[in-house]
Amino acid sequence: MTLEDFRLPGPPGRPLTFTFNARTYIGREGDTLASALLAHGVHFVARSFKYHRPRGFLAAGREEPNALVALGSGGRVDTNTQATCIELFAGLEARSINAWPSLRFDGGALLGRLGRFMPSGFYYKTFFWPSWHFFERHIRRAAGLGVAPTQVDPDRYDRPNRHCDVLVVGSGPAGLAAALERGRAGADVLLLEQEPEPGGTLRWDERPVDGVAASEWLGRILAELATLPNVTLLTRTVVVSHLDHNLLLAVQQAGEHGESGGQQLWHIRAGHVILATGAIERPLVFPDNDRPGIMLASAVRRYALQYQVAVGSRIVVATNNDDAYRTAQVLLAAGIQVAAIVDSRAHSDSVCQGVPIHRGAVITRTRGRQRVHQVQVRTLDGAQHWRIDCDAVAMSGGWNPTVQLFCQRGGKLRYDTEAVAFVPAECPPDVDIIGAAAGQGLVASSRTMPLWEVAPQLAPSAKQWVDFHNDVTVADIALAALENFQSVEHLKRYTTLGMAPDQGKTSNLNGLALLGERTGRAPGEVGTTTFRPPFVPLRFGVVGGRDRGALYHPSRRLPTDALQTGHGAQMADYGAWLRPAFYPAAGEDMAAAIHREVTAVRRAVGILDYSPLGKIQVVGAHAMTFLNQIVATNLATLKVGSARYSLTLTEGGIISDDGIVSRLGEDLYLLGTTSGAAERMYFLLEEWHQREAPSLSVRITNVTGHWGVLMLSGPKARELLGRCSLDFDPSAAAFPHMSVRQGHIEGIPVRASRVSFTGEVSFELAVPAGYAAALWRHFFAMGKDLGLAPIGIEALDVLRIEKGFIHVGGETDGSTVPDDVGYGAMCKNKKTDFIGRRTLALPALNGAERLQLIGLKPLDGTTPLAVGAQLAPSPQRPVTRLYGHVTSSVWSPTLAAPVALGMLAGGRQRGGERLFAWSAGAFRPVEVVDPRRYDPEGALLSG
Amino acid sequence: MLQIPCAFCGLRDEIEFVCRGEVAARPADPMTTSDQDWAAYLYERDNPRGWLREYWLHVHGCAQLTLVRRNSLTNEVAT
Repeated sequence: MTLEDFRLPGPPGRPLTFTFNARTYIGREGDTLASALLAHGVHFVARSFKYHRPRGFLAAGREEPNALVALGSGGRVDTNTQATCIELFAGLEARSINAWPSLRFDGGALLGRLGRFMPSGFYYKTFFWPSWHFFERHIRRAAGLGVAPTQVDPDRYDRPNRHCDVLVVGSGPAGLAAALERGRAGADVLLLEQEPEPGGTLRWDERPVDGVAASEWLGRILAELATLPNVTLLTRTVVVSHLDHNLLLAVQQAGEHGESGGQQLWHIRAGHVILATGAIERPLVFPDNDRPGIMLASAVRRYALQYQVAVGSRIVVATNNDDAYRTAQVLLAAGIQVAAIVDSRAHSDSVCQGVPIHRGAVITRTRGRQRVHQVQVRTLDGAQHWRIDCDAVAMSGGWNPTVQLFCQRGGKLRYDTEAVAFVPAECPPDVDIIGAAAGQGLVASSRTMPLWEVAPQLAPSAKQWVDFHNDVTVADIALAALENFQSVEHLKRYTTLGMAPDQGKTSNLNGLALLGERTGRAPGEVGTTTFRPPFVPLRFGVVGGRDRGALYHPSRRLPTDALQTGHGAQMADYGAWLRPAFYPAAGEDMAAAIHREVTAVRRAVGILDYSPLGKIQVVGAHAMTFLNQIVATNLATLKVGSARYSLTLTEGGIISDDGIVSRLGEDLYLLGTTSGAAERMYFLLEEWHQREAPSLSVRITNVTGHWGVLMLSGPKARELLGRCSLDFDPSAAAFPHMSVRQGHIEGIPVRASRVSFTGEVSFELAVPAGYAAALWRHFFAMGKDLGLAPIGIEALDVLRIEKGFIHVGGETDGSTVPDDVGYGAMCKNKKTDFIGRRTLALPALNGAERLQLIGLKPLDGTTPLAVGAQLAPSPQRPVTRLYGHVTSSVWSPTLAAPVALGMLAGGRQRGGERLFAWSAGAFRPVEVVDPRRYDPEGALLSG
Repeated sequence: MLQIPCAFCGLRDEIEFVCRGEVAARPADPMTTSDQDWAAYLYERDNPRGWLREYWLHVHGCAQLTLVRRNSLTNEVAT
């Protein structure tokens, strides 16, 4: 344990013990991890992203690019966290990242020594042989930041919502004044502050406000705000996104300290937003300006005044503006030696009693590997130079208004040559930006003279850092300009300048001004890059909220779900539904189970919970007219009690869904959809009704969830059904294929359909969903001796492939029209308009060489073809143009052979041709056959 | 996230809706419409920089279509 050698006299805080890199320290209540370490003289805390350079604290707030650390353990690891924003608490354990084996002896630092060989675009230019992927893993390990936790985050994050009249972002002097004004006027005001306490610079800056001391003014305002019930203040709450229509996302850290967990993501909808986000100081760009101990002048001041911490004992101030002189004065007042002020402005009249001032001079070199210990200073004309020993440098390159949120919301900037900064110009009507963020205060009054770099003749070959976080130097920007990167957006992508957590906070203006200098443009002409959310890094956990695990993708469950485990079902996700894939008996694998289930349907009877099939009910005087405008099948001739296969097309003529339309009554139709399309089809009908057919009298209801559907399929299906008490006749004569009956089964209301997706006699029995489980149990009680077996989705797929039935989205894709799968005549014969009809008449959809549905028979054995295999006319080389491919392929237990469906150019006319299916580098001989491999005449299913 | 004024439910968040695209009138008699005009109806939209008229379908609400004017530049919304 070391003493707090750099703690200045001041009010004593409660001591707190913490560890950093396994070493124990004592800090004080109210410290950040950064201030507590600085009180012990610890500057070197991190290795840089790319070159593994030793790095210390640059800043005291959210703009910190260097001091990223990891906290916590297990699933609670919080990595890449800014030490300047971590509130100290007793027992805090923090460690450095991106350093191995340790911070001080880091293998990756060798990279830094080779640094001059790694200019911008280095990776692209170097690692292209044999391929980038060959190197990627190693490079990703060498570069980068903290390691993501491998365990699941045990914490839960909420996403509360809030609406307010006025949202004020930032509680510095400008934000407080605005909140008070709007609060007094009676508005519902929400005031957000990212720090643990409100006040912003008022908490530490000594300058008076409205003629009274800052602390007194702050106390007065907070006291009045506390009396206003319509004003709410949230601290530790940082706005990360400012989105359209004034939706703002803000991360609130709950609790007393910065421990992991306890965060929530506010969704705030504000009538008006007032941005009082302040300003961020720019670093000065000079050789080796990244050594530990070289910090922003305002941060040096803040550490002294707010945390009573001296960042050094002998400090050099380097500046191009007046503001840094205040840092010198604060240091002197605290009894800290200021070795010199290096002011790049030759004609500055600023003074600081008792401190040597080098005017018209810049730092041209710094020394000290893990902490700066000397700077060399030269006049800009090169005539004079000095070496100055020091243990810290306070630098100021001027001030940038914090406009990230403003720009996210669409605010426009202009370059102000007086302020030497981009300041807000145009504002959306429901947003105001005020104070330093608007370019007022110290942004405007610091008399900044541009100094973007130290000229090469003064500082040959030394690295001058522009973006500390991404390790981007002046030389990188110069090279990008030389390689003709003109746009600042291209510069950003090529050099990584201002990317990731930085988001331009410290690097932006310096970088684009340097690009401008090298391309003959002023900063205003270069412009800024786009500021994107989030303003500060945030955890995945807080973004995900409670939408994780089962809540991320809730499964819809079958009405018979509770019974499925009793049958040993292997459940799987099929779209939104959790459905049985297959039912392995003891000792069976998937293939054996499917074989047994398929055989049960072909020889006895299978049962499937078919409830996910979409069911859209259309009722009304114009129900037929309306539905006939939707589907490509002619419904005008459909009689009550009958059903018809239908295709639905897009207006572009492409098959979008298929199903069965049933006419249950004079004005009552049921449109069946595939399981995944129920919602989509329902909204298609609604939209069509409202947009194209508002005069038709129909009611459209999605009744998918209302009806549980059990399918019985197989030669013994009718016998099983006949054993039940029915009030309709199930015989083939009375209840033929493609008809529907309404009645009762065992007293339960039922809509029974004779349709078949398996090729066997099938009954689909729709009962109110609550009865489905009871009916399922009843069938098993009645049908055990018939060989009744539950079948899964995989067996159903085999059955329909044997039969040559298409699966929309399997055989068809975004280019398939009805004729391609054999339904051309059905559409042509329909004489009234329907969605997509006109497009089917376009020549491009009628070529003889279109891909058409075929069956494929492998000629080389018993292995099924690969789905997606490309068809080729010869085994010499795969074809590269659109020719044909395998769409479905399985082992057929019924035929004891592999069967497949495919799409082939002009395929309907090519039966008997020998082709080759190419997949994974191998050709397999196949024969083009009829897709209907099982019962091609359909005698069985009509029986 | 935008707020969309549903004609039936009032101002609601964008996630409750599906945008059904720029308004385009379907030709009254498609079969007598020329190939060019039909293709234009299918695929050609003005996509203006500024104000445009769109259909929004309130899928997580009343399932009704609302005609909305939206400024593609500023995302301002009006009815």
